[in-house]
Amino acid sequence: MDRFVFLTFDGLSRGAVYAAFALALVLIWRATRIVNFAQGAMAVATAYVGYSVSTATGSYWLGFLVAVLGGLALGAVAERVVMRFVDHSSPLNGVVVALGLVLVIQGVLGMIYGNEFRPAGTPFSRDAFTVGGISLLSRFDLFVFAAVLAVVVLLAILFTRTAVGLRMRASAFAPDVSRLLGVNVGGMLTLGWALAAAVGSLAAMLVIPTELGLHPNAMDIVFVSSFTAAVVGGLDSAVGAVAGGLIVGLLLSYVSGYLGATVAPIAVLLLLVVVLLGRPGGLFSSSAARAV
Amino acid sequence: MTVLLQAEGITAGYGDAPVLQGVDLTVPAGSITAVLGANGAGKTTLLRTLSGLLRPARGRVVLDGLDLRGVRVEEMVRRGLAHVPEGRGVVTELTVDENLRLGGLWRKDRADAKRALDEVYELFEPLARRRRFPGHQLSGGERQLLAIGRALVGRPRLLLLDEPSLGLAPRVTGQIMGLLRTLRDQTGLTVLLVEQNVRSALSIADSGVVMALGRVVANANAATLRDDEDMRHAYLGF
Repeated sequence: MDRFVFLTFDGLSRGAVYAAFALALVLIWRATRIVNFAQGAMAVATAYVGYSVSTATGSYWLGFLVAVLGGLALGAVAERVVMRFVDHSSPLNGVVVALGLVLVIQGVLGMIYGNEFRPAGTPFSRDAFTVGGISLLSRFDLFVFAAVLAVVVLLAILFTRTAVGLRMRASAFAPDVSRLLGVNVGGMLTLGWALAAAVGSLAAMLVIPTELGLHPNAMDIVFVSSFTAAVVGGLDSAVGAVAGGLIVGLLLSYVSGYLGATVAPIAVLLLLVVVLLGRPGGLFSSSAARAV
Repeated sequence: MTVLLQAEGITAGYGDAPVLQGVDLTVPAGSITAVLGANGAGKTTLLRTLSGLLRPARGRVVLDGLDLRGVRVEEMVRRGLAHVPEGRGVVTELTVDENLRLGGLWRKDRADAKRALDEVYELFEPLARRRRFPGHQLSGGERQLLAIGRALVGRPRLLLLDEPSLGLAPRVTGQIMGLLRTLRDQTGLTVLLVEQNVRSALSIADSGVVMALGRVVANANAATLRDDEDMRHAYLGF
């Protein structure tokens, strides 16, 4: 029982990060119908910059802020300079260009910082509180929950309560109509990529310290888990991304804990297969198909 | 007669094949002008060119004395031009209220944008009852009202309407035509109306433009077109 409780909290904590990362994937998918395979590499790049700033200034929080702002900037640049010019006649084009970005970013990071793991600190202790002999959550876990919750709430407010959010949703669903109504659709796309990349950077800052540390490939496995979470949730659904993230986090935690870490990737794949067979659109897909 | 919109020698199309071949058009302010013609005559292409979605290869469009060359699509609405595209253009994933608000987001005068929104709800009572409904739950007629209402929130001077009667019951079509007539008479709205439903369109239009194969083949006042038997047989099919 102790172990179960521990694994549950651990899974939720990891799942929260996957949820944030999956949310970033969904943001871009909804706006452009592209799965941003470069999101992991982009997030790592900003995490390197963030930790460099932290080391140079001695302030974790300054580095954290720089990483998230760096995500905003890198996302905007990726859309403006690269993804905008992708030909949409085949869905594969976007994937191939994104994979190319991954290689470029990871190559450049390796050249600048080297291909070994570098330590990544945390602002809070990672020692878990124990209640009645059961270790539950650490302060850092609580920080992870709070940060992800803040992101989810802020994004929800942005998209459902603000004029910019309305413009962004309209641009994604009906670009030509939106332009006729005076919406700067290109600008909304850039903003969407910027926001998504910033959320990705935040997720990287939350997850990298809990794994082996900074490395150009540090987010590869996280990307796979989060991509699974997004697909399980239905790619189009923000609620689905969050639920998918928590589901994948719990699954990974239980399987690693009870069956061993080597089985975990298989469990993720199995989940993907089962969900796609049972509900091809994902758990939270809307049944209404869009009439063009 | 003040001219609100003037198109001169418009040649435009997709790829190498021009759909429009030297189209001239004059839309007087405060009038309803019907653009008539068979499928493939270039009516929709004409509207898309006027609103900037399609760039003409040759020719120019002048709105209220200002050349629209180089003006971006998203700027058109700020110049008083509203285009309700074919198939109604309602964003079906958004609610009625969100669709209507979208029509006024560009406006600096927030108070008047709110007033215009309230006016649309007053004018279109069925929409007021369905504010929170997503667009895909509306009937065809309601969607058309929503698309027109959304354009009105921007208080346009010129409304380009592409086939508003498409797929609608005759009674609903009649309501929409009556509404356009009211808007013209009461607010001075100028309408350029593309229609397959020639009878309906000519019943409210002041003048009509008949297109065939990308050219204007006739341009006359609506009563003349209604009474011209040869024209009706040749191009209008009734």
